[in-house]
Amino acid sequence: MNQEHKKELMMGNEAIAHGLIENGCSVATAYPGTPSSEILSAVAAYRRRYGLNTLHVQWATNEKVAFEIAYAGGIAGLRTAVAMKQVGLNVASDPLMSAAYMGTMGGFVIISADDPGPHSSQTEQDSRMMAMMAKIPVLDPSSPREAKEMVALAYGLSETFETPVMIRPTTRVCHSRQDVQPEGVLPAPQKPNFKKDPPRWAATPKFRYQLHLELEAKLAKIADYAPTAPIFRNLGRNPDAQGKRAVIASGVAAAYTEEALKTLGLWDILPFYQVRQPFPLHTAFIENILSQYETVLVLEETTGIIEMQLADRHRVRGKQERTVPCVGELLPETVERLVAEFSGRAARLPESVAVRGRRPTLCAGCPHRASFFAIKKAAPRGIYTSDIGCYTLGMNLNAVDTVLCMGAAISQAAGFYHAYRHAEKPPDIVATIGDSTFFHAGIPALIDAVHQNVRFVLVILDNLTTAMTGSQPTPATSIGINTESLVPVDLESVVNGCGVKFLEVGDPYALADFTALVKQAVAFSRENGPAVVIARHPCILDRSRSESAHTAVTITITDQCDGCGFCLQHFECPALISVDEGSRTQVDPLVCSGCGVCISVCPKGAIVEEK
Amino acid sequence: MKSAPTCQLVISGVGGQGVLFITRLLAEAAISKDLPVHTSETHGMAQRGGTVVSHLKVGSFASPLITPGRADGLMALKAETFFQYSPYLLPSGWAAVNSPSPMEPFANAEAVVIDADRLATEAGQPKSVNLMVLGFFLAMAEKKQAASHFFCTEKNIRTILENRLQKKNPQLLESFLSALEIGVMAAG
Repeated sequence: MNQEHKKELMMGNEAIAHGLIENGCSVATAYPGTPSSEILSAVAAYRRRYGLNTLHVQWATNEKVAFEIAYAGGIAGLRTAVAMKQVGLNVASDPLMSAAYMGTMGGFVIISADDPGPHSSQTEQDSRMMAMMAKIPVLDPSSPREAKEMVALAYGLSETFETPVMIRPTTRVCHSRQDVQPEGVLPAPQKPNFKKDPPRWAATPKFRYQLHLELEAKLAKIADYAPTAPIFRNLGRNPDAQGKRAVIASGVAAAYTEEALKTLGLWDILPFYQVRQPFPLHTAFIENILSQYETVLVLEETTGIIEMQLADRHRVRGKQERTVPCVGELLPETVERLVAEFSGRAARLPESVAVRGRRPTLCAGCPHRASFFAIKKAAPRGIYTSDIGCYTLGMNLNAVDTVLCMGAAISQAAGFYHAYRHAEKPPDIVATIGDSTFFHAGIPALIDAVHQNVRFVLVILDNLTTAMTGSQPTPATSIGINTESLVPVDLESVVNGCGVKFLEVGDPYALADFTALVKQAVAFSRENGPAVVIARHPCILDRSRSESAHTAVTITITDQCDGCGFCLQHFECPALISVDEGSRTQVDPLVCSGCGVCISVCPKGAIVEEK
Repeated sequence: MKSAPTCQLVISGVGGQGVLFITRLLAEAAISKDLPVHTSETHGMAQRGGTVVSHLKVGSFASPLITPGRADGLMALKAETFFQYSPYLLPSGWAAVNSPSPMEPFANAEAVVIDADRLATEAGQPKSVNLMVLGFFLAMAEKKQAASHFFCTEKNIRTILENRLQKKNPQLLESFLSALEIGVMAAG
């Protein structure tokens, strides 16, 4: 294969993807979630670029499904991978815990991307804790380049010990870019070879006990595996290497530590170790560190995983005794201050920048905005449960009261119904969920709501894509990630199949008709049980689809506008702006998409189409 | 031998303005000159109209984030973001800001302005504000930093755009290059 070996600007997620195809990955699966989403898209792009036709790449309905597909490939002897965000790993935690016991034959790599901050997540949970709980090794890359190298390490580790291996990048690795050297691609060379072994692959509790014993023995060996051992980063540069203090860091915090040591003039003075495998921490490393140094500073995100494995806790400065913040992202300025304080230097840093930016909002022309406006009209004093996706931003419109996790809009609606069931005037309950989220985790909840005859309205916000994470296809889409034809799953049939007796489909851009439809659903739900409305209009960012679904109109504001601010407060479209409070609303032509929905929103009739 | 140039830039705006695109062009310009580069980007929910910021570090750095007070330059595609991100600037740093009116220095950071919204509307290219500010910034950098050495020029960016788009979409290329040029002209 004649490949160019020029350095490329690669996002961390692309570097991981390139690592997968450099190492003969045969099956790659994922469910999208920030900051992990681009990993699988990049695998598909490289599959096209290098013509790797035997590589199976697919989005799965959810992370559990994605995990199990890739894992089966692993026990059939292939190199496989599954990617997800940290809360996605919660969904896949059931197979994770069990797969750790049974192990794998071909290399099986789980990429779980964490989001310290959090920037785009419900929690700051540390996937390395999940690796620890499952008892599988985890690698913690500090940069895109290292993330790519760690894929090779992970496959080696996985196959040597027949164990699933986790790679845990964070947002600053996933969504940073670096000059990375692509290496030669290894076309998926393995042949599947599943060897039946029911005591292992279908183990009953008796065998599970045996597998657990073996797992513990594996972990002890993995803690002695040379290729993933910590690196003494400034070895040989330290006249003071036998000194009393050392710094240990992993992940992107190791990159910040390197820069801080250089900026502070400590690179040649303070010993610095980078941990690449935070769990299990290498046994010899633990012994050496504690015998060589009196005090160590540990810098890692987000939980103190490394420090909790260092036996002599009172000699460790870290999160447990609150030297290092245990909430939020560990920023370079924080690392520099901590390193300076630890070594008795003064950090010459300006005060940290408290940046309070503009809050995110639904796009101009987003069909969800119209749906929320209609819901508030139809059930003005309702309880609004919602879910994970762009439409979480319906909270700006006071149309979202709860967001828990994927699929919870429906089960929480049921919970509110049961809680208020015997109240004098039970509130209307309207749940909103996106199409992809409905497929992901909404279906079992809807079956339960039908079974329990929960009186609520479910509005499925069907924009025909997985919008928040960058427009990935859904099970209802007929084209897969490799632009191959797939079998579209009909949303209406699924809803009907759950046993729902009221199902209507409407276009929220036709605001008056759509509002009437939601009102009808609310009335039905009060007397009968679950009512489902599918609000179908393509995502505005999906240009080809949205342009064919609607012709843009030019909006203008007439003299009828008295600056009441109703549209700004209740419709909150970024294209409608007001220079001063009380002044007339204006249209920002650079932002307006021409959806024309606001025409039906203004109570004064002051928003009109320019003819 | 001249030491390899280093440069730390903050680029800010709101979702949809193309902050990531111009960050990427600059990073590719660095790679084309064989310079090591790191960038960091905002993805996910903030891209829905919220504040978006990216950091670009050219030279021998290890991490993608800039420490406050160390940036050589700032490009603010929305004027309000100048106030949020100017504390990232070095005392010698300066900002190119998309604003209809002159900006007072903030936290001692000097701001030069370009009314890119107006220029973009006039040119019929409402989505090219990002490239206009980039062209403006690079032209100003050449003027201001003639003595020191900025890591890339507007010509490098043109080359990157040409390599990307010449075959794929010559029409788009033409509009991108004209937007870049409008920005350069605005620097006088």
